[in-house]
Amino acid sequence: MNVLIVDYGMGNIGSVRRVIEERGATPIITQYPEDIKKANKIILPGVGAFPDGMFSLNKTGWVDVLRKAILEDGKSIFGICLGMQLLATVSYEGHETSGLDLIGGVVEPLKANAPDIRIPHVGWNEIEFHRNDPLIEGVAQGTDCYFVHSYHFIPKEDEYIVATTPYCGQFVSIVRKESVYGAQFHPEKSSKAGLRIIENYLKI
Amino acid sequence: MPSIKVYNARDVDELVLLDVSATDEKREPDYLTISELCDECFVPLTYGGGVTNIEVIRKLLLSGADKVAINTFAYSEPEFIREASARYGSQCIVASIDVKRNDAGNHECFSHCGKKSTGLDPISWAKRLEELGVGEILLTSIERDGSMLGYDTELTKNISTAVSIPVIASGGAGNFEHMLDVIQNGGASAVAAASIFHFTEQTPAEARDYLAKNGIPVRKT
Repeated sequence: MNVLIVDYGMGNIGSVRRVIEERGATPIITQYPEDIKKANKIILPGVGAFPDGMFSLNKTGWVDVLRKAILEDGKSIFGICLGMQLLATVSYEGHETSGLDLIGGVVEPLKANAPDIRIPHVGWNEIEFHRNDPLIEGVAQGTDCYFVHSYHFIPKEDEYIVATTPYCGQFVSIVRKESVYGAQFHPEKSSKAGLRIIENYLKI
Repeated sequence: MPSIKVYNARDVDELVLLDVSATDEKREPDYLTISELCDECFVPLTYGGGVTNIEVIRKLLLSGADKVAINTFAYSEPEFIREASARYGSQCIVASIDVKRNDAGNHECFSHCGKKSTGLDPISWAKRLEELGVGEILLTSIERDGSMLGYDTELTKNISTAVSIPVIASGGAGNFEHMLDVIQNGGASAVAAASIFHFTEQTPAEARDYLAKNGIPVRKT
C-alpha cells in the first residue's frame, strides 16, 4: 500500500518514513501536490510553527489539493503533532492563521495550571481514551506516548475527541472526524504503542 | 550503530547524540550516519554538534532527528536561536549549556566542548536562552560528566528555578539515587545519563522502576 507523506519543509519526515516501511507499506515522500493521486492515505507530519506550516502548504499548493482529496475524493489523512493542529479551522500561534479546516476547532497555547508546570510539554505522557476507535485498537488505556508541543487543538465538537492527556489540566491528544485523524503526540517516536497506532491507521 | 540498537532494545525514553567538537572543528553533521541511526530508533532523538545555520537543522530533521541541540554557536550568534525556534518551533530547539566552576569558585558557562570560558553566569544565560525561544535546556556539569559521582544538584536547582522550560540534568549519574536527587531537589524535568548505562549493569528500565517507586512520574512500558 502507498502512503503519501507530505513534505512541506516542516517535518521530521525520516522517522515517519521509517515507521511506514517497518509496518510493510510504501511511503511516498513528496513536495508535489499532483502526487496525491498515488495514494489514498496521507500523512501530514510536522515540527514547527503553525503560521510557517500554513504558509508553506499554501505556497506549494497543497491546501486545496488536500481539502479536495479528503472532502470530495474520500481519501484519509493522519496529522501528526503540528500536522494535527493544521487540521483545525484557525490557530492563535503567533497571530491568527487559518488552518486546513478539516476538523472544526481552534489551536491555542497550553496554559500552565500550577507553578511547576513547564511549557513546552516535552516527554512521555498518558493518553486516556474517551471512546473506541480503530486507530487505538490494541493500545492500552493510559499508555504513555511522546509529546513535544506548546499549543493544543480544541475541537469544536466533543465527538471528535478520541483521547485526552492530563497536562495543563487536560488537552486533546487524538482527534478524529470521519476519515481525518490527528495525534498531538509523535506515534513514530512513541515506541511500541506508537508503532501500533500507525499500523492501525494503515489498516483502516 | 550497534549501541543505538542496544539502547532501543533497552527501551530508553529518549536519545541524545552529541558530536561535541563539530562546531569548533567547523564540521557539518554526518547526515548519512544520523539517518542510519534514526532508522533504528523509535524514540525521540536529539542531535547536537555543528548546528550553525537553518539549512543544517532542516537536513537534520529530514535525516530523522526530532530535536537539535545548540551550544557553542549560541554564544556567538544568539539571534540564530531566535530564528531557529521561530522557524521550527521552540520544541525543536534544545540549548545545551556546559558549566563548570571557574577559578573564583563560581559556576560559569563554557563553550567549545568545555574548553573556552565565556564569562557568562549560567543563570542569566539560561534566562536569555529561554527568552530567545529554546524549548529545553540540556544542562551539563563538566566536572561531574563521566565521574558517576552524582549530578550537580545545586546548579540544576539554580537553573530550574530561573526558567520555566524543562531542564534536563546531565553529567554525573552513577546510581538511581543520583537521578532521584536531581529530580526532587534540583527540579530537573528529566535526567540524561551515559556512563551508568555503558559501564555498569544498571538499565534504563530499572531506573524508571526505582524512580516510580519513589513517586516520580515515569513512562510505563
